[in-house]
Amino acid sequence: MLSIYCPHCAEHRDEEEFHYKGQAHIARPSDPDKCSDEEWGNYMYFRANPRGIHHEVWVHALGCRKFFNVTRDTRSYQVFESYLIGTSPSITGEQGGQPS
Amino acid sequence: MTQLNRLSTGGRINRSKPLRFTWRGQVYSGYEGDTLASALLANGVDVVARSFKYSRPRGIIAAGAEEPNGIVQIGATEATQVPNVRATQQGLYEGLVAEPTSGWPSLEYDLMGAVGKVAGSAMPPGFYYKTFMFPESMWMTYEKFIRRAAGLGRSPIAPDPDRYEKTHQHCDVLVVGAGPAGLMAALAAARGGARVIIADEQEEMGGSLLASRELLDGGPATDWVASVLAELNEHPEVLLLPKSTVNGYHDHNFLTIHERCTDHLADRAPDTQPRQRLHRVRAEWVILATGAHERPLVYGNNDVPGCMTCSAVSSYVQRYGVVPGNRLVVSTSNDGGYQAALDWHDAGRRVVAVIDARRQVASTMADALKDRGITLIEGSAVLNVAGSTRVQSVEVARIDADAHQVIGPVQTLVCDTVATSGGWSPAVHLSCHTGSRPTWRSDIIGFVPGATHEQRLDAGALVGEFSTEGALNSGLAAARQALQALSMSVPEVVVPTLAPVEIMPALALFHVPHTLPTSRAPKQFVDYQNDVTAAGIELSCREGFESIEHVKRYTALGFGTDQGKLGNINGMAITARARGMSIPEVGTTVFRPNYTPVSFGAIVGRDCGPLFDPKRYTAMHEWHVSKGAAFEDVGQWKRPWYFPKAGETMAQAVNRECVATRTSVGILDASTLGKIDIQGPDAREFLGRVYTNAWAKLAPGRCRYGLMCGEDGMVFDDGVTSCLADQHFLMTTTTGGAAGVLEWLEFYHQTEWPELQVYMTSVTDHWATMTISGPNSRKLLGELTDADLSAEAFPFMSWQPMTVAGVPARVFRISFTGELSFEINVPANYGLHVWEALFERGAPYDLTPYGTETMHVLRAEKGFIIAGQDTDGSVHPHDLGMGWAVSNQKPFSFIGKRGMVRADCVRPDRKQWVGIKTRDPSVVLPEGAQGVFDPNAPIPMPMVGHITSSYWSANLNRSIAQGFVKGGHARMGETVYYPLADGSVVEAEICSPVFLDPEGERQHV
Amino acid sequence: MQRYSGFGLLKNSVQHHENWQRAWRNPTPKKHYDVIVVGGGGHGLATAYYLAKEHGVTNVAVLEKGYLGGGNTGRNTTIVRSNYLWDEAALLYEHAMKLWEGLSQDLNYNVMFSQRGVLNLGHTLQDMRDIQRRVNANRLNGIDSEVLDTQGVQKIVPFMDCTGNTRYPVLGASWQPRAGVARHDAVAWGYARAADALGVDLIQQTEVVDMLMENGTIVGVKTDRYGEIRANRVGCVVAGNSSVLAKMAGFELPLESHPLQALVSEPIKPILDTVVMSNHVHGYVSQSDKGDLVIGAGIDAYTGYGQRGSFPTIEHTLQAIIELFPIFSRVRMNRQWGGIVDTCPDACPIISETPVQNLYFNCGWGTGGFKATTGSGHVFAASLAKGEMHPLAKPFSMFRFHTGALVDEHGAAGVAH
Repeated sequence: MLSIYCPHCAEHRDEEEFHYKGQAHIARPSDPDKCSDEEWGNYMYFRANPRGIHHEVWVHALGCRKFFNVTRDTRSYQVFESYLIGTSPSITGEQGGQPS
Repeated sequence: MTQLNRLSTGGRINRSKPLRFTWRGQVYSGYEGDTLASALLANGVDVVARSFKYSRPRGIIAAGAEEPNGIVQIGATEATQVPNVRATQQGLYEGLVAEPTSGWPSLEYDLMGAVGKVAGSAMPPGFYYKTFMFPESMWMTYEKFIRRAAGLGRSPIAPDPDRYEKTHQHCDVLVVGAGPAGLMAALAAARGGARVIIADEQEEMGGSLLASRELLDGGPATDWVASVLAELNEHPEVLLLPKSTVNGYHDHNFLTIHERCTDHLADRAPDTQPRQRLHRVRAEWVILATGAHERPLVYGNNDVPGCMTCSAVSSYVQRYGVVPGNRLVVSTSNDGGYQAALDWHDAGRRVVAVIDARRQVASTMADALKDRGITLIEGSAVLNVAGSTRVQSVEVARIDADAHQVIGPVQTLVCDTVATSGGWSPAVHLSCHTGSRPTWRSDIIGFVPGATHEQRLDAGALVGEFSTEGALNSGLAAARQALQALSMSVPEVVVPTLAPVEIMPALALFHVPHTLPTSRAPKQFVDYQNDVTAAGIELSCREGFESIEHVKRYTALGFGTDQGKLGNINGMAITARARGMSIPEVGTTVFRPNYTPVSFGAIVGRDCGPLFDPKRYTAMHEWHVSKGAAFEDVGQWKRPWYFPKAGETMAQAVNRECVATRTSVGILDASTLGKIDIQGPDAREFLGRVYTNAWAKLAPGRCRYGLMCGEDGMVFDDGVTSCLADQHFLMTTTTGGAAGVLEWLEFYHQTEWPELQVYMTSVTDHWATMTISGPNSRKLLGELTDADLSAEAFPFMSWQPMTVAGVPARVFRISFTGELSFEINVPANYGLHVWEALFERGAPYDLTPYGTETMHVLRAEKGFIIAGQDTDGSVHPHDLGMGWAVSNQKPFSFIGKRGMVRADCVRPDRKQWVGIKTRDPSVVLPEGAQGVFDPNAPIPMPMVGHITSSYWSANLNRSIAQGFVKGGHARMGETVYYPLADGSVVEAEICSPVFLDPEGERQHV
Repeated sequence: MQRYSGFGLLKNSVQHHENWQRAWRNPTPKKHYDVIVVGGGGHGLATAYYLAKEHGVTNVAVLEKGYLGGGNTGRNTTIVRSNYLWDEAALLYEHAMKLWEGLSQDLNYNVMFSQRGVLNLGHTLQDMRDIQRRVNANRLNGIDSEVLDTQGVQKIVPFMDCTGNTRYPVLGASWQPRAGVARHDAVAWGYARAADALGVDLIQQTEVVDMLMENGTIVGVKTDRYGEIRANRVGCVVAGNSSVLAKMAGFELPLESHPLQALVSEPIKPILDTVVMSNHVHGYVSQSDKGDLVIGAGIDAYTGYGQRGSFPTIEHTLQAIIELFPIFSRVRMNRQWGGIVDTCPDACPIISETPVQNLYFNCGWGTGGFKATTGSGHVFAASLAKGEMHPLAKPFSMFRFHTGALVDEHGAAGVAH
């Protein structure tokens, strides 16, 4: 069971207090009406789903109910950082999913 | 019965507390401190089981968690039956009742054993894949017979009378195992000030020291154990958990400990005590000191009762004062095996010989053997055993281990017990649970834990420190490392001194060669519980099942309840030789939780029975119960379904409720609908983005119905939202959707539109909501309030604050029945008061309580949807004919707008929601019926949509239904057919979904 | 191929089992194949088998990074059923079901397909409406399926708590008698042996590390062990790792890979003769021929390639099982494990052409892959052989996530009102 740091509560808590909300940094298109079906489908459904470093959204559902981002390795399940929505991760996985 | 194998002195049993127990209906005696296994051996019980496949007699072979044979059924009553208890891990208690799990008609005269002897040769690994195929129709018959042989013990068929608990723990250091390494680690960590948990699976802590004859600081090892335990007990921040197995090592140092609180006390947990407790531990650091399991050698007929591991023999003698036989032969490849001979000899029984596979043996242990005049045969091993229900003799010969050959004449030694040791396999299981792979160390002939990203340290025999001194030192080193990482001070700890021991390196011997090739030699068992033999593993490799995972799956190696603790390494070694590879090249299989089996009950804890899932009740629940309501589960809520009067059927009750509401007034408890309070300067803009319709102009005091869609344009919830003030709204959601809707709103607010100033709170439980509906509802409400309820002062789709029955209330003029309706909301604690006040004044109007069923009928008469019943996630507002609720004029592209115009969403032949009128008005279609245009089409029939809602309408005196029909909106008046399960076909007409008052005149009064 | 039979078994036992042939060769790959199937699980092996058997395409390699059948094929709870709601899914799974019936004889390998029936329980009125809807659709699609009331369920599962005293009483169930379970490993091994016998090269311990492309067309793959291997067409059947391979080919898929956990009890004497599934309390259970209770858990919410999930999922699953079967409380859990399931937003698979010419994907089976092994391989083989998607596969194009033509099996579950 993962132990996740909530940056709003500034505490590590058990995974059971959180809900996973999928890949992070997927911006809603600013003008959906101008999107093609393909662009809209990509926004809704198509995901990187990497084996390695993943940036993802969690919500402290049974806590402060705030959303935040997490950088996690989907192979080892190591969590490297939690960071606020609207900010950038300090760890990225461009090189074949390895933390850089 | 006398305990013929019990020594008159010695052991850690309490001779002042004799205990009686029953095995196979016969009463035996043992002592407090015995395990069931030691008590059975003390009483000379040889055969405790029959093997799974060949039904061979089996005896106890080990003394701990690695025991594969002594699997028994425990339980004095039906409800307290426990299947598959390992006799070596079951503490003895007064009145314990145990039965074998196999053997028919009895263990000694087992009929399947005869079959096993005859047919066993035709049952190599995978034989079932190769037969039972013809004819095709017969497999289910074959399977019936195969299934009869399934299983070890049996499940109780009465509910469990015991209780299980869970505890959440946090600690700085969790020490797993309380042998020399674990105790030393815990002691040092505790002295350093760490919060420590130390858990050990055995009946008492001490591990190998409990059976050791070494002196620590000149005193018995058990004295040192006692002193350490005493000190640990004194530390307030140390938790000692004996009889507690760490079963799972999960991510981020989360471990589960299965504590057996009362299993050693009685058949049933004493009152007020839980039977077992599951500790859910989050540890900063974990020190694994899980020890090692002794490997038996693999030789012919090595499963005959009387064949044991050397360490088991020592344990039974030293810990339990039991010598499980009279004449012992030891066959070993290392010094460890000698201890059994010394213990046996010193207990006063005959050691026939120690057979060491090594040559020119020189060690402290060999000297001790010589001192006692025990025969040592070098360079040899036991090849085979004679005997069926007990060892009668062994065949011994010189062997060349490297060449896997017998190189000398075979001699026979008469004995009744064979103890073997092929070395020690570190118990790496827990270290593997989080994905770490063990690594092979040829110097210790075993796998040790591999690298990990967890905060984990390893100590003792687990890392190949098989000597007591080495274990103590490595335990201390691990504790030091943990303390340093925790920034805690490292205390002064002195490791006890031990006499120096001269050790001779072990020989890598796993599978003893036989004079015949393995395929023709007597059965050489590797995994006892699954009857996996050396020949079976070689065959597996011959057939191409040569990856160790294939070997395991093809032969069932390691699939038993012991998970191969004795056999896995031997199996890998045999695979390696068959493939001409080294053991590390073959690799290891993956260990998974649990280390040893755990009761379902302990994992479930208290979350069962009435506490499986919370029940949510409204403030008026007790009233509903007192009126005999039938209830429906909606989400976690218990909602009144209908209110039958004495002697009424459900249909009669619902018809009565429906008519009463339309003719006078009915009342519904609507408290369960989700309510979300939304405030802020941008609340209005926010609503416009999440609902499909317009909210910019909704004035304070007004209410509006809205549809919510996903980005895909599909409806997922609906409800009425009211404007309480310019920047303040109250949203209602479906009962089941409330939590999901709130999280969805918060998601968009926090991740997409954080610039919007809006605040949301769930207020579902704050309000009790009761809807009075029907032509007399205004009169009824008027009796309880001074407010002006006239249509002019309080129009449809508006709300007003007022006092109702003396209570401040929000009253909404909204309607889900199509009748004049008032939805009265009062703070929840006043709910019952107001509800009862309505009934006090309601008699003249025949105020009728109604439940969800009547609500469904009344709204269906009006053609209103129920999200989740009439929608299923694949339906957009236009499919529902609710385009009127979609505003494409809004400046912001609301959620769902883009999705509902994708290519597939604008097809004219989409399934569309329509009314369905059966041609025979007395026929009520079943909900879920599937419609077709051509009832005579062959199977598979092209289906055009299903019935979502269908009822008898007492008000209309006919059946009504709604459902989906392909292109239905353009097919009004056409016929659709419903072929039902009983073979009948119902003919129906496609019509408007609104059956009553299409102009809405009844609610606009 | 050495033919297996009871007689052969006896003959070999007289010969001390020294003369059994290898079930499959261990070949070195050729430089070029007509078709490369990436992934040696059940689906991939079935694809290779049907390519050779039904389409005469025998110049085929199956590339497996680990060992045959080592992925989800060997990790699932072995349930086989075809009672799906939507026509597209139901017809595909029923196609698979028909192939299951007779598979042991076709492969000359007993896959122990045991048609002991599957119950899908209903616990709420909406559950029962959904069950009616699905059963009616099944019947008209020619799939055996019926609705049972509580008593009907109790008769089939005498030891389940159907008293009505439980938190969510059993109101009824759908019952598919032809459904059941099969021996998972045997399915992979049976297909492997039969494909090998028809000339397919099964290459184990060989991982695809890159896709070879020329002008938007795939021409082969690069492997860690044998370098480049060329092919006219490549079919990827790698379940949880599909997104990783898609990335090599330069596109994304509408997939997320999640841990899906399962567990078994210790073997106990037969007490449960059918398969019981409950979406509402969220657990499913059957009993193997060895006596283990085989129990499926829900998927873990987060994505993961670790073949393990979180402990609370196991707890919730056993809570559900004890809710249904309070008598199992003292039975003990032996082992748990996890697979990596690639889930699609609509809970239906992708059997599809891709943006890359001659590259095909068969993935997204989520929790439903094992039961489809036969049919999936069959239609994928036809598609690879002809370069045109099989009619049963067409609705499962990855591009449905652009047009919106989803086959929403989630929808069957509905929400509470």
